[in-house]
Amino acid sequence: MPELSRDVIVINELGLHARSSAKIAEIARKANYNVWIIKDKKMVDASSILDILTLECIKGSIITLKIDDQSDLDILNDIVKQFELRFGEIN
Amino acid sequence: MTDTGSREIILTGINASPGISIGKAYIVDIEGVEVIKKYFISEDDVPDEIKRFKRAVNEAKQQMLTIITNAPEELRDHTYILETHKTLLKDKMLYGKTIEAIKNEKVNAEWALKKVVSDVKSMFKNMSDSYLKERATDIVYVSDRIMRNLVGAESEKIADIDKRVILVANDLSPAEASQINLERIKGFVTDRGGKTSHTSIIARTLEIPAVMGLGNATNTIENDDLIIIDGTVGTVIIHPTEETLLEYGVRSVKYEELKAAITRDSHLRAETADGFQLKVMGNIELPEEVVSVIDYGGDGIGLYRTEFQYLSSPGLPNEHELFDKYKDVVEVIAPKPVTIRTLDINGDKAFSNNPDCMEANPALGLRAIRYCLKNPDVFRTQLRAILRAAAFGNVRILIPMISSYEEILETKRILAEAADSLERERTLFNRDVELGIMIEVPSAVIIADILAEEVDFFSLGTNDLIQYSLAIDRGNRNVAHLYHSLHPAIIRMIKRVADVSRDKGIKLFMCGEMASDPINLPILLGLGIDELSMNPQSIPAVKSMIRALKVEDARAFMKNIFKQNTASEVEELIKKTYGSILFEKVYARRKAFGDRA
Repeated sequence: MPELSRDVIVINELGLHARSSAKIAEIARKANYNVWIIKDKKMVDASSILDILTLECIKGSIITLKIDDQSDLDILNDIVKQFELRFGEIN
Repeated sequence: MTDTGSREIILTGINASPGISIGKAYIVDIEGVEVIKKYFISEDDVPDEIKRFKRAVNEAKQQMLTIITNAPEELRDHTYILETHKTLLKDKMLYGKTIEAIKNEKVNAEWALKKVVSDVKSMFKNMSDSYLKERATDIVYVSDRIMRNLVGAESEKIADIDKRVILVANDLSPAEASQINLERIKGFVTDRGGKTSHTSIIARTLEIPAVMGLGNATNTIENDDLIIIDGTVGTVIIHPTEETLLEYGVRSVKYEELKAAITRDSHLRAETADGFQLKVMGNIELPEEVVSVIDYGGDGIGLYRTEFQYLSSPGLPNEHELFDKYKDVVEVIAPKPVTIRTLDINGDKAFSNNPDCMEANPALGLRAIRYCLKNPDVFRTQLRAILRAAAFGNVRILIPMISSYEEILETKRILAEAADSLERERTLFNRDVELGIMIEVPSAVIIADILAEEVDFFSLGTNDLIQYSLAIDRGNRNVAHLYHSLHPAIIRMIKRVADVSRDKGIKLFMCGEMASDPINLPILLGLGIDELSMNPQSIPAVKSMIRALKVEDARAFMKNIFKQNTASEVEELIKKTYGSILFEKVYARRKAFGDRA
């Protein structure tokens, strides 16, 4: 069974700020079930920008993305991809 | 003048976007919706109240879409914040919770929204990160918009402003800032906001002067008041006197002229009147700064400080993170060179989580190369990252704080190890990288002839060299006045290093502050330095000064310099000999830019 969670490192310069959080939230809102972001044992709903911001993820933070159901694997991969693409930030 | 009798008032705020504007103030009253009534609704009315709230949110969404679509071309890059606000409208913590509050507490939508917003706001206000703290403002912008739709308040249409005015506002939301008819606006003055607020970013992009964070400018300034704003230093002058007006009129014209001249000239070569070329490079700390080096006409990066990545996060950065950043810089400016200085951690910048760094005398302690040689794994990781980045452009490695010959040998050994390991792993890298050392410790000056045998270049770090040679801590007020880059001892030290470099056939650079002050140029040119590196903003003035000088004259001039006994005598002699050029190329310019050094 494929993993329902993935660890990612925040590599973009600004960290999970308003713009990147908005991108995650927009993708997460398309999921069938909940999508979670976990950092330092704190778990928040990935569909809420404000929730994500409260994690205070600066560049270099390691976080876990988690879905509740296999049907949302594409959503999970999409979000991971955004991290890799640094949310389109021009550095 | 109409306002004779009114006293001139000077307000000081944050210099958010440079330039000078003189004009009539236009006060924009965009206070949020102030009085919110609270009333209870019956169970039956709950669905309707929720519908009313949803309608207000949808309206807000439409309004934002309209603003985004109508944003002028030059602001397209900034509309992302509006996209974020659009997504924020339906955020669970705002949208979901307001609906919940209407349901559970049976209150009107306005009150429910107000309550939710103030909770969220206080949550953000309590955060330690200043960026996140400021996000509270985004929430307020978004909720204000919904609130206006709920209560039906007309927001002032700043899109309709059609006078050439200086806008004075409490604060401008990104949406409002994008709506402004910018050809009409001569400047921005706001009570709130700072250098990183969206309005100031927009102002800088559009090159409109702006002063922000004034506190209560909206109460002090009245509509149609004549005001002067100087965004370079951050002042606003209300009811200026004739004299002040005249002064700023002249300054403003000078500023514009020089700005035009700088963009025209800064890409010309730094070639002296008798055909000698000097490379003028930029010092950077963040990869992003490479852009300003290019903009200001730099010939490459003479000093890339690499400490930031080590100090900005709790752990040590890994090779990949370092490589990523180095590669960015190297690629962007290629084929021009990038001089990467290896880790130069010192006392006051030491790792926050490393108690080993608590030293009584950090300037003379375990710093820079000493730290790296004691922690070879940390050093090797950085060297590997640099060698890998070198495959993407023109890279030079610069080792700080060298005070002995052995340190160079040891460094070269670790560098060779790093290269060997990359070769074994068949990783893409470039072994053929020039290696140089900082000359910033007096012992290095004295044994420069020995050190030169092992390296490709020297780079004079004048800040430390002066501090160590004259035994002066610049941070110490009692002795700071004794710090002098034109001290005869310093000039003689530079001469020694320059002579050795010439004899041994290696290149000599300078990357300390001394390189950026045009008054020092006749001396640096006369002594024969090949490359100067400085903060990017100083590049145009230095280049323009070089174009006015002659090497032959400068060399002859050095004979007289060596006859002077004190730093002030040296300075006097330079001013006497080169005063008119200096004034024309530098001081007139500085004055126009608000006496910024």
